[in-house]
Amino acid sequence: MTVRFFNVLGAPLLAFFQYLGEVVLLAADTFRSIFTHKLRWKLFLNQIVEIGLLSQLVVVITGAFTGAVFSAQTFFQFNKLGMGSAVGAVVSVALCRELAPVLTALMVAGRVGAAMSAEIGTMKVTEQIDALRALAVYPVDYLVVPRTLAMMVSMPLLVAECIAVGIAAGYLVAIFMLDINGTYYMANMVRWTRNRDIIMGLSKAFCFGILIVFISCHKGLTAHEGAVGVGRATTEAVVNASLAVLICNFFLTMLFNIIYPAGYQ
Amino acid sequence: MIAVRALAKKIGEQEILRGVDLEVRTGETLAIIGRSGGGKSVLLKHLVGLMEPDAGEIWIEGQNIIGLNERQLGTIRKKVGILFQGGALFDSMTVEENIAFPLREAGERDPNVLRAKVNEMLDVMEMEGEQAKMPVSLSGGMKKRVGLARSIIRRPSCVLYDEPTSGLDPVVADSINRLIRRLQQRFGITSIVVTHDMKSAFDVADRIAYLHEGRIYFHGTSVELQQSSDPLIQDFLLGRSDGQRGHRVES
Repeated sequence: MTVRFFNVLGAPLLAFFQYLGEVVLLAADTFRSIFTHKLRWKLFLNQIVEIGLLSQLVVVITGAFTGAVFSAQTFFQFNKLGMGSAVGAVVSVALCRELAPVLTALMVAGRVGAAMSAEIGTMKVTEQIDALRALAVYPVDYLVVPRTLAMMVSMPLLVAECIAVGIAAGYLVAIFMLDINGTYYMANMVRWTRNRDIIMGLSKAFCFGILIVFISCHKGLTAHEGAVGVGRATTEAVVNASLAVLICNFFLTMLFNIIYPAGYQ
Repeated sequence: MIAVRALAKKIGEQEILRGVDLEVRTGETLAIIGRSGGGKSVLLKHLVGLMEPDAGEIWIEGQNIIGLNERQLGTIRKKVGILFQGGALFDSMTVEENIAFPLREAGERDPNVLRAKVNEMLDVMEMEGEQAKMPVSLSGGMKKRVGLARSIIRRPSCVLYDEPTSGLDPVVADSINRLIRRLQQRFGITSIVVTHDMKSAFDVADRIAYLHEGRIYFHGTSVELQQSSDPLIQDFLLGRSDGQRGHRVES
């Protein structure tokens, strides 16, 4: 009975730790390569376009409607307390600290993470990764490093864009649909939003970007069993990256709250 | 030039290689024949370090490659090119970019030099004017030629061919065989050809090794192979299954 219990529990647990180990080793290998090998600039710029430029529409729409709906919901609650003009501050701080980094990361995991694992997975099952290795090109240098660096640069910028668009959308909804006084709205927003809120959001974006890129690239590099395997790798990459973002967000929030405490001080 | 000693490999529960011993001399062409799923491609992938054996040694130009990491293997891989079964072309690149890839990675940036070398390779492969095509629009034979051009553009001292004629019609297969011969004569390249196409093996090989149940069962010239009275070899050469042999003996 006890043996069976450990058999049932042990196998998935071991698989989980093995998976974590593989992702960490890939990350270590990538960072070593970043500092010791020459960057392929063309591939890096291609990835900037793929991750940063082509994700903008998704991020702008996400930010705009999140800001708008959050502004409206906050107003509906706060207005009962006569605090309608505080909506700007709530929307701004919430977008900076939580909403923009998390929602942008989830959108990027879905759009870019899926594309990364599918592309690298297809290369794996069609022997293109083996061809790279046989031509004396280390796949981590060629495939993972440019994507990692592009993600490190793009994610904070995308989140900054999401915050700005969200605040603008929240402002427009508040002024034109909810009849909040624009001057009070802006004054409260500027008063309660601090640099540390923005730094926290951008730092989270950086961490989420790293999580997404390593989880997605790892799934691609370990794909097998043809088209079915690539499909499975892609799905798992998106699911794992999204879960990792949500789980890590909690711990990052607790950590950053020690460094940058919330509220006016 | 290449020596394999007691190479063993197990994949899952299946023993694929059970102690392969093999030697390939500089400048010669060795064909490794054997039944499908017999471990020929696995053996070939071990020779460039794409797979790691459970036991044994692989010596390439006096260096044992077992235990080397991916970056250390890079030096060996510059000396040994490999043609994959499906060509393994990079599908996001044109024919020209595929062939020029190893040179670009080696640091060559001059477009004139790259173009001249790619054109020379396409000339050798009898594929002039196909530079701009994408891999998806190439036939099976063309993919193999481009893959071969890519693997020899850096002038390796040895080329490994994984089923170079499989899936090709007899005319295209013959042209690939002639190409392998021509490369050996023109560049003095040592070649290892993995195949179960006997015509191809007889056309290109100086010596033939028969891989059976994870071991080298026979090793000799094509004449010696054809003259062998071993029933297993005769069955393979004549394409007889076990059942047919049994039926023949009974009758």
